[in-house]
Amino acid sequence: MQRRFVSIWFRQLLTDWQLIRRPELAEVPFVFAAPDHGRMMITAVSALAAGFGVEVGMRAADAKAICPGLEVLDDKPDRPRNLLRGLGEWCVRYSPVVAIDEFGMDGLLLDVSGCTHLWGGEREYLKEIVSRLAGKGYTVRVAIADTPGAAWAVSHYGKVTPLIPVGGHPEALLGLVPEALRLEQPVLARLHKLGFYQIKSFIGMPRSVLRRRFGEDFLLRLGQALGSEAEVLIPLQVPVPFSERLACLEPIKTKVGIEIAINRMLESLCKRMQTEGKGLRMGVLSGFRIDGKLVQVSIGTSGATHSVSHLFKLFQLKIDQIRPGLGIEVFVLDADKVDDVEVPQEQMWTSRPGLDDQSVIRLLDRVAGKIGPQVIHRYLPATRYWPERAVLQARSVTDKPATEWRVEKPRPTELLKRPDPIEVMALIPDHPPGFFIYKGIRHHVVKADGPERIEREWWLDQGEHRDYYQVEDDQGRRYWLFRSGHYGGDQRYQWFIHGFFA
Amino acid sequence: MDAKKELFQKLQQDILLWQGFKPQAGGKAERIGLGEIEQVFPGGVFPKRAIHEFITVLPEDSAASDGFIAGLLSVLMQDGAACVWVSTSRRLFPASLSLFNVEPERIIFMDVSTEKEVLWVTEEALKCEGLAAVVSELNNLSLIESRRLQLAVEESGVTGFILRKDASKAARTVATARWKISPLPTDTEDGMPGLGFPRWQVELLKVRNGNPGSFVLEWAGEGFENVENVERVDKVEAAKEVFGETAWSEQEGRQIG
Repeated sequence: MQRRFVSIWFRQLLTDWQLIRRPELAEVPFVFAAPDHGRMMITAVSALAAGFGVEVGMRAADAKAICPGLEVLDDKPDRPRNLLRGLGEWCVRYSPVVAIDEFGMDGLLLDVSGCTHLWGGEREYLKEIVSRLAGKGYTVRVAIADTPGAAWAVSHYGKVTPLIPVGGHPEALLGLVPEALRLEQPVLARLHKLGFYQIKSFIGMPRSVLRRRFGEDFLLRLGQALGSEAEVLIPLQVPVPFSERLACLEPIKTKVGIEIAINRMLESLCKRMQTEGKGLRMGVLSGFRIDGKLVQVSIGTSGATHSVSHLFKLFQLKIDQIRPGLGIEVFVLDADKVDDVEVPQEQMWTSRPGLDDQSVIRLLDRVAGKIGPQVIHRYLPATRYWPERAVLQARSVTDKPATEWRVEKPRPTELLKRPDPIEVMALIPDHPPGFFIYKGIRHHVVKADGPERIEREWWLDQGEHRDYYQVEDDQGRRYWLFRSGHYGGDQRYQWFIHGFFA
Repeated sequence: MDAKKELFQKLQQDILLWQGFKPQAGGKAERIGLGEIEQVFPGGVFPKRAIHEFITVLPEDSAASDGFIAGLLSVLMQDGAACVWVSTSRRLFPASLSLFNVEPERIIFMDVSTEKEVLWVTEEALKCEGLAAVVSELNNLSLIESRRLQLAVEESGVTGFILRKDASKAARTVATARWKISPLPTDTEDGMPGLGFPRWQVELLKVRNGNPGSFVLEWAGEGFENVENVERVDKVEAAKEVFGETAWSEQEGRQIG
């Protein structure tokens, strides 16, 4: 595919940004200044101040002298980068690969290969970018060419047209000044000294001569502009391999509209994933609102799946969290995490239900999506006698028990999280109680089994052992009681109720 | 006369069909292991595609209901299907379920925080065809909510068990059956000391198109066993006759040890 790049140059990035923030400054000449060697040096000049002859690189004090009433604002070193990052993230709507122009730190480079037809051609594409950014308040110059270098050159210094046709970039470069090649200041000075005012005056020279005179970096920049050297754009957001975008003609603000958008994106995404044998584990739906805000919801699944209806149901639970505001114009659906999907063999005659049944897994996904994965528990046997630790939480749906569940000892159907202290009367020491009082009700014990002594796990915690009794009162109600510690005159012991038998 | 009877039967079958009872496929009725209790249900079959409501007020009752449901689950989950147990304040001890022939690892517990979430999860789970049963600990269930659950059940064929803590609003749901399980004193073989198999008073307060009744049931290690009320009384009488009043209390005292 023919590669195409767009360069967006923000001619007055800082001052435009300041004017958007503080519209009252439109009437006032202002500059940005940063301390340098103890002086305040001007870093950016507003259009009004430039009319007075104020330039970048002047001292703030000098500028104040030529331009009375000049407002000097403090500049921060990394402000342009932050601004460009924000603008770049907004520009992701035009292309997935957006990079900051590291050379000038006042523009963006977009890899738009295969993107422009979505806007109806390159001319409309550029027009859309310029008018959108102008609508926000940024004056920009853009250009589109086969290489990032050529696009940069034309956007900064081109005078004829920003649309460089395929293969037409060497020609377009010929009439431009050497500055268009993104060269360092000493190299530029040498070029000017030698009388090279246009690229065409040195482009035909032998490479060895150019290298000797101007260095390796010069050749690299020239090659990047012509396309003989590769230039790698570092995208602000690493594009996700499985991603779908949907640009809407009209901003969408209804639930039904969002549902249709999700469904449409899921259909094409799942079709692609299915052909590649992948399934979604984690997905993020981003909506770009017309007021510039970004709304996002994410879903997760417990097993890779490419079923449209299931994924749609998961998103459906989250639609209420999407605030469309005035409307969403672009939807992006990213599959942040994909896994190989296990395609189960279709069983025609016998379907064996179980934990790994598809419908069960979908149910778990829905519950985890709506309420949270922390509410789902499953237990496996633990090789321990202490009742509170007798079960182990399973980590996943597919975990199998390592040991058998023990059935030789009676265990209550309902176990209290914390044993409740009870008052007890026992006829003889080490016998089950004759009666006990629990929550103010006196229970006469008629039958009892026990004791079953369970020792504390001394390597984990300190304390007394427990002697458990299974008792039945005169009404037939069955309880699990225990005495903590031995009977004895000076020793402390206490009776507890710990559970109810069926 | 016969024509009238036939007409009645036809009408009765139609009503059952409209109310969500599907006739058994192939004419073979599956048994749930409840013995004679199954006879009170329409067609003499325990309704699997239905909502069963259990009224539990005391914690002892709810423990008994848990045990009874676990006994039913052991049959329902025989084919390897999973079960979902929804609750806000669960006290069920998973390890105890293995005593009722249920594999505890096949039960998925969902411990949510509000009643509303319990309802939502219950409905979603009841719609899930891969499950055998859904047990839900709910305090309140309105008529409309219970109707929604009933519709979900009719669609999917999952058995729903609702454990309700309030007895007052009992009459206002569309549950197919309403149960009350309360513990009864156990009985050991030949009056041996200690506790016997768990025994319950199973009261069927309401059965749609069936006959409510009261039964005594025991979980005999492998399955349910009906206990004849009369027989038990007889035993006591017999014991009284043999040992006399004092002897019985002596034996009672001995059993404690």
